[in-house]
Amino acid sequence: MRILEGEGVRKNFGGLAAIAEVTFHIKHREILGLIGPNGAGKTTLFNLISGSLVPTSGTIKFKGENITGMKPHQICKRGMARTFQLVKLFGNMTVLENTLLGSLFGTLTGMRQSTALKESLELLEFVGLSGINGVLAKDLTIVNQKRLEVARALATKPELLLLDEFMAGLTPTEVSLAIELIKKIRNRGITVFMIEHVMKAMMSVSDRIIALHYGEKIAEGIPEEIATNPKVIEIYLGV
Amino acid sequence: MNRVTRANTKKILYSVLLSFLFMLMVIMPLYVSPYTIILLNSIFMYIVLTVSWALFSGPTHYLSLASAAFFGIGIYSSAILGDQLPLLLVIGLGGFISFLLALLVGLSSLRLRGMYFTIFTFGLSELIRHSVQWWEVNKTGTVGRWVIGVDHTTVYYIMLAILLITLVAAYILKHSKYGLALLSIGESEEAADHIGINVNAMKIITFAISTFFMGATGAIMATRWTYIDPSIAFNPLFSFMPVLMAIFGGIGHIFGQILGASVLTLLADVLLTKFPYYYMLLYGMILVIVVLFLPKGLTGLKEEVKKWWGGRAVK
Repeated sequence: MRILEGEGVRKNFGGLAAIAEVTFHIKHREILGLIGPNGAGKTTLFNLISGSLVPTSGTIKFKGENITGMKPHQICKRGMARTFQLVKLFGNMTVLENTLLGSLFGTLTGMRQSTALKESLELLEFVGLSGINGVLAKDLTIVNQKRLEVARALATKPELLLLDEFMAGLTPTEVSLAIELIKKIRNRGITVFMIEHVMKAMMSVSDRIIALHYGEKIAEGIPEEIATNPKVIEIYLGV
Repeated sequence: MNRVTRANTKKILYSVLLSFLFMLMVIMPLYVSPYTIILLNSIFMYIVLTVSWALFSGPTHYLSLASAAFFGIGIYSSAILGDQLPLLLVIGLGGFISFLLALLVGLSSLRLRGMYFTIFTFGLSELIRHSVQWWEVNKTGTVGRWVIGVDHTTVYYIMLAILLITLVAAYILKHSKYGLALLSIGESEEAADHIGINVNAMKIITFAISTFFMGATGAIMATRWTYIDPSIAFNPLFSFMPVLMAIFGGIGHIFGQILGASVLTLLADVLLTKFPYYYMLLYGMILVIVVLFLPKGLTGLKEEVKKWWGGRAVK
């Protein structure tokens, strides 16, 4: 079953096509990777999916429903959450308040304050941030900020989670913990769509990978196919 | 357990204290001079303006300089409708018209952030002032209007009621999930949007609600002046004072806002009567000193003293 489908998605910035007629899909409970050199349009594609940007043309369907042109908060309530390449937390609010907001506002039906609190605490523990509820988000280390952003996204009860360079800037140990976390997220029944530059991590965790270059899809397939794809090798290694 | 009971005791103590204070306010007019009543009316007015301004601008960091516009609309509601409708209805209408105008303003300024929003609201306030002026000169043929007078004690009780409603509304909003959402909008609008918060609706509705209290206050306070014209009703001072008072007292706490508004109103009154020639000079100096040395306002004083005291103890 396809949880997300993009059909001929295009985004022009002035005369430049940041995303040019990209067609893609994600299957339910899949981990899909998105790779490409800087400026390939990866984050732009995420912005189009999450509603930050509206496509110039093409349609995006989430769980069969056309979400093209919907606002981010509407899309979030339908079951999609994301993190940002440059972490966007509520810096002067506490760790707990950050996740609590996700629980309180992220679902269509809403939930009671006590339920939201319980879920937030559970999620903070899930991402490995228990015991620091009262700390201000801006005072966390970068890896903990990234974890908090994931916890906040998960608090909205997503079926699809978009991770934008979750592992960038992490140490090797932190990367392997992050891989574990992504697998654990999938085991909760959540589909993951991730942008990543850490290729080793990408190869080990993804079920399938899409490669973008200058806004166009140049390759798609299982990690082994992508690793041996001549076009991908040419772009990455310049051969 | 100990902490819980202590917090509860504190809560009970506060409620008793507040009820006592409220009772005192209710019987006050029986015992004090008319001058004190007029002064208290001013203090109430500025507290309402400050708290309602901070209701929206505090958490979201959208600095509005349009308070005078909504206050002035209340004043004009009173001037135009005062002799045709009962007083309470006029006050309600003053608030409601402000609310409607704020909805329009909110919708038209959605894309503006930071300084641009501030300048827009200030420009809007001035635009309304000049439009009313133009209308009065060219259509009605007079610049000023008479307002039906109401005695000071009535004004006092109505202001006290508006004050109470404003404080209760501000308290409830601040401690609800919407209060938390407003704070998150001030931190990162994009992130707030992406976790399901309808950022635009939240901003516009909160802004509109906050202006209701300003309009209602304008409508009742107008009766005190008996004569008004656009430059009195839409005086930019009514836009700047709430900002100053909130910063002076401590923008993040309702208590700080109340404190700031009360202290500055009292201060202005004392300076004006004791030093009529140096009033503005002294007033300005005190403001500068507070902003320089107490960036968190008067409520930050407690922390500063603690820090200073703690620092000395270590030495």
